[in-house]
Amino acid sequence: MTANGFSIEVKNLTKRYQRTTAIEDVSFDVKHGEVVGFLGPNGAGKSTTMRILCGLIPATSGIARIGGLAVSTRIDEVKRLIGYMPENNPLPEDMRVREYLRFRARLKDISGKKLKNRLEEVLDLCDLNRKTSNKVIGTLSKGYRQRVGIADAIMAEPRVIIMDEPTIGLDPHQIIAIRELIESFRDKMSVIISSHVLAEVELSCDRVIIINQGHIVATGTADTLREEFIKKIKYKLKMKGGLGGMGRLLKEIDPGITWSPMGKPDAEGFLNITISTSYSEDLSEQILERIQSQSGLRLRAFTRVDPSLEDIFLSATRRSWKEILPEAIGSVEEVQP
Amino acid sequence: MKHFFSLLHHELRALLIAPSTYAAGVLFLFLMGWIYWRILLQYSIEPQEGLPASMFFQLFWLPVFFVVPLLTMKSVAEERRTGTLETLMTAPVSALEVILGKFFAAYLFYCLLWLLTLGFPWLVSITLDSSSTNGLLLDRGALLGGYSFVAVSGLLFIAVGIFSSSLTRSQFVAGMLSFCILFIIIIGMRELQEETMTWLPWFGETLEYMQIFRHLEDFSLGVIDTRPFFFYLSNSALVLGISVLVVEAKS
Repeated sequence: MTANGFSIEVKNLTKRYQRTTAIEDVSFDVKHGEVVGFLGPNGAGKSTTMRILCGLIPATSGIARIGGLAVSTRIDEVKRLIGYMPENNPLPEDMRVREYLRFRARLKDISGKKLKNRLEEVLDLCDLNRKTSNKVIGTLSKGYRQRVGIADAIMAEPRVIIMDEPTIGLDPHQIIAIRELIESFRDKMSVIISSHVLAEVELSCDRVIIINQGHIVATGTADTLREEFIKKIKYKLKMKGGLGGMGRLLKEIDPGITWSPMGKPDAEGFLNITISTSYSEDLSEQILERIQSQSGLRLRAFTRVDPSLEDIFLSATRRSWKEILPEAIGSVEEVQP
Repeated sequence: MKHFFSLLHHELRALLIAPSTYAAGVLFLFLMGWIYWRILLQYSIEPQEGLPASMFFQLFWLPVFFVVPLLTMKSVAEERRTGTLETLMTAPVSALEVILGKFFAAYLFYCLLWLLTLGFPWLVSITLDSSSTNGLLLDRGALLGGYSFVAVSGLLFIAVGIFSSSLTRSQFVAGMLSFCILFIIIIGMRELQEETMTWLPWFGETLEYMQIFRHLEDFSLGVIDTRPFFFYLSNSALVLGISVLVVEAKS
């Protein structure tokens, strides 16, 4: 941890491959003990940023610091501060789990009694019991392979853990297990996780960084991003009665409000309705009051739908595309029904 | 270089469980055994000039062409293809340590395979049990010279194999590339030297210094010259140095 409390500092990082720009002017910080989600579509620049942070590839310009040390000039020291799990978690298929982790520990300068103790600690933490730890890696399920990758990443108790798509290809049970494992690192190590599973990031991470087309398009907690990117609130209702005057009733609250029925009424005649407001202020009480004041309307269910991280992600990436390719977006909008 | 022995141990273990290692070992011992048998057969038909061991080492190039590619083709190429090289490079190890670990593991195994051929003259001498024949079969000078040549030239051959493997993700391409470079070094240089001697003598003489067959001759005669040592050591270091740069640039 540096004097300013940041474990990771990235400033104006740019990586170009001849004519292609993978990332441009990427800047962000990660505090000690913080779990940060790195979101972005395929080819957005997530892996490139992570690979630069690990010293695997050099940046074209800009600076990346881990624990206050510049990655470009002090890579040997930086490597001792990082635990990295690459995308698809490549592991030697023919080695036993225990044997592989012992080899990795030696490379990370852990030896003797410390190695023995730490190995048992890590196996226990990652729920790799004696039977599993003696298995050949090639015979393990995807979930256990991910645990081996994470066990390797945390072996040397690094300050920073970088995991590229740690939950990709896992079933829900395995995802929960990995999430709990990541949760146990909070406040001890700084963690950066890249993922496509947005709900996963929302549950595991303190903060989210959204990257698109090599640029950071949004950063903050899920709540602050909701405020920034989601300008409408949706409500779901289950109603029965004369819905003819519904539009007029709602316009009295918000002139920009829209509503639409969803599907057909059920056996008792109740219909699902979605209401969308034109601004982010919570209008739940006003809507309920108006509906209840109408004697012909019967309300069975009312829910405020909080925008998911997926909505934020789509909104943020769409906004960045608009900034980058306004003409292209315009033409797409024209042909959309 | 403190991780060198951990990496060497890891590489030796990887070599010992790889099927290609055993394929190389069996093919090598089978071929060399057959060659030795043919040499003895010739000796039994009519008297020959030179010792059986000298004739045996004259054919050193034959196993080199397939043993070296089989032992080295997997080393870097396979790690790059599976992505484990990337994981390895995020640990506090240098590309030099990685390359040297792979190089010495393959080199030790290469030397071990050649050492096993000592069993051929030994087995024949036990079977024949004749002191005059045994003196010819187990001539110390010829055996020591031959094995010294194999050990010293092996440095360059294995380095070429590691270099070829560092250039590509495909084991097959690495193996083919290794075979081609070894062919040029061993056979191509001799042909080129013979050609240039007639129309460009000074260049031919320079190439003479790089003649691997010439080095073998010297070693077999017990001539221990520092020049071949310098030639193989310096070129091995050069080729391994380039391999380190390739791994650093491509990781």
